[in-house]
Amino acid sequence: MKTLKLTAALLSATILALPAGAQNFDDPAEFAKQQDLLGATANGPADKPWEQWFGDAMADTSAMATEGAKTICFSNAGVNNPWRVVGWTTMQAEVDAQGDAIADFIVTDAEGSDDKQISDIDDLLAGGSCDVLIVSPNTTAALTPAVEKACETLPVIVFDRGVNTSCPVAFIKPVGGYGFGIQSASFIAENAPAGGKVLMLRILPGVDVLETRYSSAKRILEEAGMEIVGAEFTDGDRAKTKSIVEDYLQREGTLDAVWMDAGATSVAAIEAFEDMGMPVPIVTGEDQQDFLQKWEELGMNTIAPTYPTYQWRTPIIAAVRVLNGESIPGPEWNLPQPAITNETLSQYVNPAMPPLHYAMCGCEGMENYPALWGGQ
Amino acid sequence: MSAPAETPGRDTPRGGLLTRLGRVNPVFWLLIALLGIIVILSPNFLEPFGYMNFLRRAAPIAILAAGQVFVLTSGGFDLSQGAVVTLTVIGSSILLGANPDATAFVIAAMLAAGVTVGVVNGLVVAKLKVPSIIATLGMMITLGGIALTWSGGAPRGYLPDTFRFFGRFMFKDVPLVTILPVAVLVMIAVCAALWWIMHRTNFGKLLHAVGDNPRSALLAGVPVTKVRVGAFVLSSVSAVIAGILLGGFAGVSTDVGIGMELQAITAAVIGGARLLGGHGAVGASVAGALVLQALFTVLNMLGLPKPLRDVVQGLILISAVAVATWRRRRSGED
Repeated sequence: MKTLKLTAALLSATILALPAGAQNFDDPAEFAKQQDLLGATANGPADKPWEQWFGDAMADTSAMATEGAKTICFSNAGVNNPWRVVGWTTMQAEVDAQGDAIADFIVTDAEGSDDKQISDIDDLLAGGSCDVLIVSPNTTAALTPAVEKACETLPVIVFDRGVNTSCPVAFIKPVGGYGFGIQSASFIAENAPAGGKVLMLRILPGVDVLETRYSSAKRILEEAGMEIVGAEFTDGDRAKTKSIVEDYLQREGTLDAVWMDAGATSVAAIEAFEDMGMPVPIVTGEDQQDFLQKWEELGMNTIAPTYPTYQWRTPIIAAVRVLNGESIPGPEWNLPQPAITNETLSQYVNPAMPPLHYAMCGCEGMENYPALWGGQ
Repeated sequence: MSAPAETPGRDTPRGGLLTRLGRVNPVFWLLIALLGIIVILSPNFLEPFGYMNFLRRAAPIAILAAGQVFVLTSGGFDLSQGAVVTLTVIGSSILLGANPDATAFVIAAMLAAGVTVGVVNGLVVAKLKVPSIIATLGMMITLGGIALTWSGGAPRGYLPDTFRFFGRFMFKDVPLVTILPVAVLVMIAVCAALWWIMHRTNFGKLLHAVGDNPRSALLAGVPVTKVRVGAFVLSSVSAVIAGILLGGFAGVSTDVGIGMELQAITAAVIGGARLLGGHGAVGASVAGALVLQALFTVLNMLGLPKPLRDVVQGLILISAVAVATWRRRRSGED
């Protein structure tokens, strides 16, 4: 009887404690912070946004300096979507650009699996040759213990998706998901008819950068009085996206805007309108070339917030600086997060690049551009 | 024109018309009823953009069902159709990524691949005597693995407009119907060809014989192996064609074929195909596919979410088989 009571008490305590550990994807404080960052001026070279930062909080890394050429280790969540493919290519080009400063660049690919990434990080630590570890976590919660363990032995730099610990030297990211949602939803709120019908399309649940995009966009659209007719998951699949949009058009008769949390399937959503013989309304996207080209071709009125792939250059630059003892922005290194607008569109459209190339890659001046990125 | 056969004691000519109407496959009545509901829910359906888009979306399933019914009639199942669709879309995008002008060559290559898959399926079932469910299930898994390995997981590449012509292009300003999607033309052509093979050639009759009673067909001298292989080849080739249409519809997509083989089987069964073989009709299977698409359209218009549509599809499959079996028992064929 005593054991039963004890078990029951422990269970209830755990269940009550769960929300404390769970991630909040709708944090008004973070929302306000990112809204401010969107309007702020960045420090650093304006022509190299991947080296810019906001604010003046710096991390002191003088204790971490090492002699000679460095060995950088990188645990990659995967290259399982076009965004990561472009980012990974850009990162490798950055490593080449650093030349002799980097002795060795050891990489593991977790192929989109939390378990594999945790064991990858263990392997890298056990190998003993890493001077610094860069991590792009597959999911936030699952990778937190592994990152904390790594922090005990060497400097860790986290970028792209975050983890629930402040032990890394720096967490490099653009302004963030709330900012992305703010940029796209504000545009819809200002440009779509009042009380218009908006369909929200999302790739998948559970990824912090995507969840925050959705929550902030939903907040803004609801505050503006738009009618959200649905929020569907597309798995990033073109056929599914197009079918969902066609279904909603059939059901609702008309849509005033389609909000998308990423741009890989934006063209499919646009095609749904074209095939039904309807004018294309506001369909948000991202900086993929196929979306930008379609935007220009149809003369659409829309916006493309970006999650710049140039952020893949920054961890390498940061790693070299850390091991040189130079200070870097930290514990959070926020990079600028520009959106492509009707006015700036022509600067980014480039038909010579592949359709799923991300225009905001910061790679135009690098060696082997455009061939390394698949362009002509 | 001879009078319809009448049982002794029956004397009403009205019974003749009703009897004839009663012998019409119920799938056609079901289709008319569902189309009626759609028109009531959304009168836009009567516009060319309404019904032509409906036919365009139904085209891949109709072609899949028309091919699947050959295998069903021979007494088997082809569970690999969906994987063939996915492989066609992914394979085409990779091959065309290198050379956008090679569309005709790539389509020919995909059709050849479809024939190969069909031959392998047929030989495994006929020669190795593996039950078709297992054989095609194995093929489905194998093809899925091949598609993923080939594409590296993420859909790279792109499908050029020359390839997407079949799935997406619409002739505009056509007299009478205003728009005419190429996909609808492909569906009509392919289904007509398959109908002719099933109902106007000797092969079709042999197919029914093999499905009805393989043992006696064999003893009567029917080339059972060739017939089975032929059925699987037709099924796989129709999957390739459906894949070309689906690839054209939305572009490259790794999930595009998932679950399509079950939709094709459902459509064929709604059309009256017997699951253990011996009876199947292409026209009814195509009607079954249209019924399925009409059902999805009605559910969508009512605002039912996707998981609920899957529930309905499962229930329809069960009911369709039950009704078809009841009809056969009542008419004394079983």
